[in-house]
Amino acid sequence: MLDDFLVRAVLAGIGLSLATGPLGAFVVWRKMAYFGDTIAHAAILGVALSLAFSMSPVIGTFVAALAVGIAASGLASGGRSMDSTLGVLSHSALALGLVAISFVRGVRVDLTSFLFGDILTVSLGHVGLIWLVSLGVLGVLVWRWSDLLTATLDDDLAASRGINPARQRLILTLALALVVALSLKIVGALLIGAMLIIPATAARGFSRSPEMMAITATVIGGLATLGGVGASALLDTPAGPSIVVVAALIFAISGRLRISET
Amino acid sequence: MILISADGLGVKYGGKPVLHDVNFSISAAEIVTLVGPNGSGKSTLIRALLGIVTPTRGTVSAKQGLRIGYVPQKLSIDGTMPMTVARFLALPRRAPDYELNQVMSRVGIADLAHRQMAALSGGQFQRILLARALLGMPDILILDEPTQGLDQPGVAGFYQMIEELRRDIGCAILLVSHDLHVVMGASDRVICLNGHICCEGSPQVVSAAPEYRELFGMGTKGALALYRHEHDHHHDHDQEGA
Repeated sequence: MLDDFLVRAVLAGIGLSLATGPLGAFVVWRKMAYFGDTIAHAAILGVALSLAFSMSPVIGTFVAALAVGIAASGLASGGRSMDSTLGVLSHSALALGLVAISFVRGVRVDLTSFLFGDILTVSLGHVGLIWLVSLGVLGVLVWRWSDLLTATLDDDLAASRGINPARQRLILTLALALVVALSLKIVGALLIGAMLIIPATAARGFSRSPEMMAITATVIGGLATLGGVGASALLDTPAGPSIVVVAALIFAISGRLRISET
Repeated sequence: MILISADGLGVKYGGKPVLHDVNFSISAAEIVTLVGPNGSGKSTLIRALLGIVTPTRGTVSAKQGLRIGYVPQKLSIDGTMPMTVARFLALPRRAPDYELNQVMSRVGIADLAHRQMAALSGGQFQRILLARALLGMPDILILDEPTQGLDQPGVAGFYQMIEELRRDIGCAILLVSHDLHVVMGASDRVICLNGHICCEGSPQVVSAAPEYRELFGMGTKGALALYRHEHDHHHDHDQEGA
């Protein structure tokens, strides 16, 4: 059964959702949507680095994403606005990556596969890696949940209770870089942000607690994967974008089904 | 007994001095109000006392095992995060149920436990922040401009509650404020801050001090002189109203 590329694709997407659900919730709560995009764009730079140094793309992407993530946190705390800092970093990293790839000799790179992913060609080994890292990220988020949540509410409130807000930010940046590196193959650099933000935003309408929202986001991510891969098989549409489209549909429906706010 | 003190405290942000030569202490059950214009370092002093910022000069020392309850200046929980009042009060650690119930009824939010934080009024929100600070039986409550965004009766009610807290629990209170005329009546001591401590003393002494008048008097074109009378009678007003 695992030989079937559709089954592998679904397993990869569901595995990824285990991490993108709760992580996406933090991205939404912390208003880091653009931050996620920036890290994702840096992934293209990572691809170029991997090709230049003959590394695994997952490692190159992780390093580049992490470096840009930390740079963004550092620059923004130096008095510049987060918004414009990310704007500069995000597009610089993407452009630099695209330029750098053109310098790598002798390699014909299929850029679209990095921009949009290719979930249908994911190998069994890659599926295993995704599950391993996703469960790892999920484990860390669950373990540090209370501290992460407190620091997300307010830095000073956390610090006054002995929680280091900078460390919580670093944990989330690390987790984001890891997840971005992993999901490049699945939804691609342009749509990773969508997998973080759309399920979490859709989950908001069904949730009365932060934990509920994180779990619901994971479920929606899983449903979007099933729907997207299914649609791709039936209608011959590109799989990565189809997953995002299904997630967006769920978001649109969730607006109508919102539980009452009291 | 001194709970927490700062000695020769100086703090710089990015090379820019925010505070210098601040000597400060607060004793058990004392109410101290910290006033000063925007950018005078009020919040920075509090953050240094709480250990959130590291002083560039001087030291902060606290009594062994001091329990601090802190109400931050601005905390917004917007609609993106679903969060009930009960869940919020359990962050980062959950308090025992009996203590939670006691604190919630003390600040009058017992019926709000299952409401969403984002749906609360400003006054309710402030009470919940206060309840949160009271969990863990603090020796001192530190409140950073806790009445921002409240209307006049709301401010009066909030300060009245703080006075009651001091009476009932006996904790010290350090309050940052800019609405001087309401606070002063309840304070044992007022400290006027502008990068350093300009003057301090009882409310009457400070409001008469030339340093204080220079800081607040000019900008308000004498309006503060009116307020000064009003806050002298603040206590009586509260009791008539109650």
